[in-house]
Amino acid sequence: MSNPLADMEKPDVIFCIGTNMTECHPVAATRLKRALARGARMIVADPRRIGLADIADIHLPIRVGSDVSLLLAMAHVIAREGLVDQAFIDERTAHGEDFLKHVERYTPEWASEICECDPDDIERAAIMYGGADRGAIYYTVGITEHICGVDNVQSLCNLALMTGNLGREGTGVNPMRGQNNIQGAGDSGALPNNYPGFQSVTVPAHQEKFERAYGRRIDLETGMTKVTALDLCGDGIHAMIIDGENTLVTDPDRHHCEHALKSLECLVVIDLFMTETAKVADVVLPATAWAETDGVCTNTERRVQRLRAAVPPPGDARPDWWIVSQLAQRMGWEGFEFGSAKEVFNELCSLSPTYAGLDWDRIEDGEYQWPVPHEGHPGTPRLHEERFENGRGIFKMLAYRDPEEVISDEYPIWLTTGRRLAQYHTRTQTGRAGGIDYLLPEETLEVHPDDVARLGLEDGGWAEMSNPRGRVQVKVHATNKSPRGTVFASFAFEDVPVNVLTGGGYDPVTQTAALKACPVALKPVASPAALAGDGGSGAPALGQL
Amino acid sequence: MTMKRNGTPSANGTGVGLTMTLDGEKVAFTRGETVYEVAERHRSEIPTLCYDPRLESFGGCRLCVVEVEGARNPVASCTTEAQPGMRVRTRTAALETQRRILMEMVASENRDLDVDPMHGYASQEMAELLDRYDARTGRFRGATSGTSRPDDDNPFIGRDYENCISCYRCVRVCAEQEGDYAISIMNRGFHTQITTEFGGLLKDSACTFCGQCIQTCPTGALGDLKALANKDVPGETEKTRTICTYCGVGCSVDVMTRGDRIVGILPAMDGPANEGALCVKGQFAFDFVGHPDRLDTPYVRDEKDGPLRPSTWDEALDFAAGRLRKVVEGHGRRSVYGIASGRAPHEAAYMMQRFIRAGLGTNHIDNCSRA
Repeated sequence: MSNPLADMEKPDVIFCIGTNMTECHPVAATRLKRALARGARMIVADPRRIGLADIADIHLPIRVGSDVSLLLAMAHVIAREGLVDQAFIDERTAHGEDFLKHVERYTPEWASEICECDPDDIERAAIMYGGADRGAIYYTVGITEHICGVDNVQSLCNLALMTGNLGREGTGVNPMRGQNNIQGAGDSGALPNNYPGFQSVTVPAHQEKFERAYGRRIDLETGMTKVTALDLCGDGIHAMIIDGENTLVTDPDRHHCEHALKSLECLVVIDLFMTETAKVADVVLPATAWAETDGVCTNTERRVQRLRAAVPPPGDARPDWWIVSQLAQRMGWEGFEFGSAKEVFNELCSLSPTYAGLDWDRIEDGEYQWPVPHEGHPGTPRLHEERFENGRGIFKMLAYRDPEEVISDEYPIWLTTGRRLAQYHTRTQTGRAGGIDYLLPEETLEVHPDDVARLGLEDGGWAEMSNPRGRVQVKVHATNKSPRGTVFASFAFEDVPVNVLTGGGYDPVTQTAALKACPVALKPVASPAALAGDGGSGAPALGQL
Repeated sequence: MTMKRNGTPSANGTGVGLTMTLDGEKVAFTRGETVYEVAERHRSEIPTLCYDPRLESFGGCRLCVVEVEGARNPVASCTTEAQPGMRVRTRTAALETQRRILMEMVASENRDLDVDPMHGYASQEMAELLDRYDARTGRFRGATSGTSRPDDDNPFIGRDYENCISCYRCVRVCAEQEGDYAISIMNRGFHTQITTEFGGLLKDSACTFCGQCIQTCPTGALGDLKALANKDVPGETEKTRTICTYCGVGCSVDVMTRGDRIVGILPAMDGPANEGALCVKGQFAFDFVGHPDRLDTPYVRDEKDGPLRPSTWDEALDFAAGRLRKVVEGHGRRSVYGIASGRAPHEAAYMMQRFIRAGLGTNHIDNCSRA
């Protein structure tokens, strides 16, 4: 996030797009609700009538994957209505004039043909955001998990740049990160293009710095992304070490993924449980869990916080860092003799410009938000206050692109996927927490009642979704939450493996998978219980996972 | 840090230099502060039952009344703004008598005066005040109020309203903090009842089971059923401050343990990201940690189509290193790939990239953020 969580109570106008925050980041959403109670107004762009949409002033039910068209049209209206912050554009941005010219052609009427929203609503939303003194944008993977994920994010940046909604309280472009330490994994250098602290691997000075630190010359070229690596399993990539990820279930195109992992000569999995992914590994190494591990995590507002062990781990489980450092030593490599999480973290700080002012002891109270460039620096709750990191905020001239796969006569329904409040990811944790199944015992497919009737489905009955990658059977839930023509399911439940179906391409820049827009056919089927003659669906027995 | 959103002392200079007299002592305050807040800063220990620093002042329990010079009757300090020159007494004999009577009356409403601390964060507040005012006299024995809801079979929130004193903290936290408005107040006086719309189960209401109502309840009328299931686990309860394991918001929690076992979660009121708030997962979904399915030993697969079998660390690490070395020898150092976790701490991700970079000299490392 460009701005701190506390700023979420400060905007005049909130623009949420591609974020089901009340379910995925519930505590952050409470801050938005308090802003609304204080009089802030909110625009929510999301294909589904999610919880946030119910409390929004304007809900834009856009077609999945059409975000760029909506955002271009909003920029058009903001420019046409004279709501641009010309001083900000002049002083702090580049290519502003070109951008304002670029959006002249993208009218709300043009966008409405693509995003299927009322042009008047697009107009109203643009004027609301453009007219705000403090306008703040929040988004999640509903924006990034598309083939145009980068375009989507840059479209949001364009809006913030043209209205001067950056670097001030209650403004910003704020991605809500999905996992407790997904920010920290990037900060720590687990990226193919960056050393720790986002130092590009293609810069020779960085290469030299890490050669000195690690005693080994490291390639000057960017590594593969995980997506490419999975594509090349058995053909260039022959061994993988996977830490704490149930790749088989979370990644798109499950059949492809399973084939990839099985074609490796060596797969090492480090995890808490015998996950689907661990089951195909050659070596499975037991890690300590949350509340058993001392360490550090960084949240979505870049706050660096301490994790503390409260209980001992079961049996021989060990911290992930210990496991990997031991493996390195068995490989015969030097420099991996670490004695504690503290030593590991302090080495990271010594090599990362964003953490240079931090160490294990200094983050005791969690008061620092990075960057903390030197000791004594107070941290940076709000980015871009005086200037942008690279000098000027650059407008990007973008055009709308269709998703790689679009609906057709054969596959006429959009499937979009996501998460639900009570369960987390693939239920490896929440599925084993007592009581959670009371709130959400099984997955259902959310289908608009008109579609239920049109397709001959039944509320509570069973349906089969299919596309060329596979087929998935799921119980139907008729609800106005889904728009006509679009259905929704989460990827939480093993018996509804929606990622058998997803896999319609990747963003060309980040190689983030398009998990949010997937054409499928949908037809009624007899219930699996009737077919199998047993007790029916219910939550799968996790004991066997 | 202060949790207060209403009446927070402003740091921008307005009202600096204002003073009032508190129990004979001249004290400074900032404009907008209530008398209760000023007194709290000066450790006057004014009693209260309906106050939660995160919520709008309510003035319902009347325990925080103070004497203000010039005012005819005592006033509720939580709803009275401090004024320059104000002379306030917080602990006169008359006030203390009044408070004791109030506490005796409060006690008379409830079935239980003492509840297990596992009920929740604030669950001991009433019992502590009863002791402080020596108010377990039973002088007002009579009608009790509130009807418990044992029919609500949810596994998280116990609804024992026979121990409810109608402070409305639960209703207010649900509305003001959570913005969910799932519960409300029905009827008045002894018939007052905290309820959902149409009096149904929480599951069928707007309740998200965040547990905030439990944690603010001062009597244990609402109880954390997951923690209470562990109330007989032997040992002293210890608390460890850490960060929730679920989403990226980074809420601070205090993990309650007895011996080697997690017995419950308390929200950290001073957590910078959450300021006391949690969601259903952070509050209740902790017991995967000690689950019997947890891996407690390494496993190796000797042959491609063979089974995974348990092993020692020595064997597993040597086995993995041997396989990896063979891959590097056969296909080169660029044939090994590392995927770090977005769920494990920094040290895990850092060590994974170090393994790939310092060990193999490549950048074939990623994390799970692309899907």
